[in-house]
Amino acid sequence: MSDVLPRASELGVIGCHVCGLVCKDIGVDGAHCPRCHSALHYRKAASYSRTWALLIAAFVLYIPANVLPIMRTVSLGDVDDNTILSGVVELWVKGSPDLAIIVFTASIMVPMLKFFALVTLLWSSHRSSTWARQQRSKLYRLVELIGYWSMLDVFVVALLTALVQFGLLSRVEPLPGVIFFGLTVVLTMFASMSFDPRLIWDGRESDDR
Amino acid sequence: METSPPLLICEHCDTVYRRRELGCGEVARCVRCAAVLDRYHRLGPGAMFALVVTAMVVFIQANIWPIVTLGFNGQLISTTLWGMIVMMWHQDAQVVAVLTAATLFFFPMCKMMLLGWVLFFARNGKRAPGFRWAMVTLYRVGPWTMSEVFVLGALVAIVKAHTYFDVIPDPGIFAYGALTLLITIFAGIDTRRLWDATEEQSA
Repeated sequence: MSDVLPRASELGVIGCHVCGLVCKDIGVDGAHCPRCHSALHYRKAASYSRTWALLIAAFVLYIPANVLPIMRTVSLGDVDDNTILSGVVELWVKGSPDLAIIVFTASIMVPMLKFFALVTLLWSSHRSSTWARQQRSKLYRLVELIGYWSMLDVFVVALLTALVQFGLLSRVEPLPGVIFFGLTVVLTMFASMSFDPRLIWDGRESDDR
Repeated sequence: METSPPLLICEHCDTVYRRRELGCGEVARCVRCAAVLDRYHRLGPGAMFALVVTAMVVFIQANIWPIVTLGFNGQLISTTLWGMIVMMWHQDAQVVAVLTAATLFFFPMCKMMLLGWVLFFARNGKRAPGFRWAMVTLYRVGPWTMSEVFVLGALVAIVKAHTYFDVIPDPGIFAYGALTLLITIFAGIDTRRLWDATEEQSA
């Protein structure tokens, strides 16, 4: 089995995360890559606990991010508070369903997918499951790739706040929801970075696909 | 600690491969997890350096020009990226101001300057002073640049504002559009190969 596809851990080598150099594992803690001097790890340090912690923190912040309004529009004394979801609905109703879908995807689907995907990855890897390993690897790369697009709504609120400043006639203000949302995105990004995708392939059984 | 010659380890599943030179258009994928291991690079350090310089010029444009102007009842209001950041700070959303400044200004700028610095020397196969530090910083900063997300965000904001206000696009938004194109080209480039493309000097 492993004659065909040898893994670094079996050959006693470690790939440097930062520069990709293949280094001999000398079995010492705190070893450093000879080329870029970054710390060498056989696996990312405390990957499970760090990822879980960051993910739970992100989820806790995700609740106020959705419940609290992210933006206030004041026009002639008329106050209108928007949450993320009501912003999407408004776009849809006002005749931009295409953009409504983009915002819905970036702000609601992507964070949810990240939570769901990372929990699945953590749980299945922890159990050394051999189920759909290649698909799980792809899922992880998808999460990494799309994660930061969730910042979209934060930038929308920031730009509208800066632009819509027509005194009493019309004004846009950011509300606390947007802060929670921004922090959620940052935390989920840290969470996906601290997960080590090689754990997917670290099983007790054979490494065959 | 010794280094072994031409091996390649898949970052996503730890499988070890023997490295080989790729032909034009070839992409090496991991047999086990299907991650991209290596791809053929059409652009040499010289071309990449030219692209970085272009991106810097465009980036400066994107930051000094207003992005859009809104018109309402004869009043015109426009904003630049920094106008937006300062406004968020004053509206009690300092967290957002810091996030925006970092992901749209400081990290992209840092990335371009470091890449430019490293590539300027790499054109002659040399390692720039501080090469190692620059490469490690580039690796860390990498995921935190979000200019392309901002372009889409600006588009959404424009459409939202369009219902109530007159929207006049300013040069900044076009510069951002161009920057996004350049960033897309860069996304396919693996800077790690600069480690191999440059000679280590005794310094």
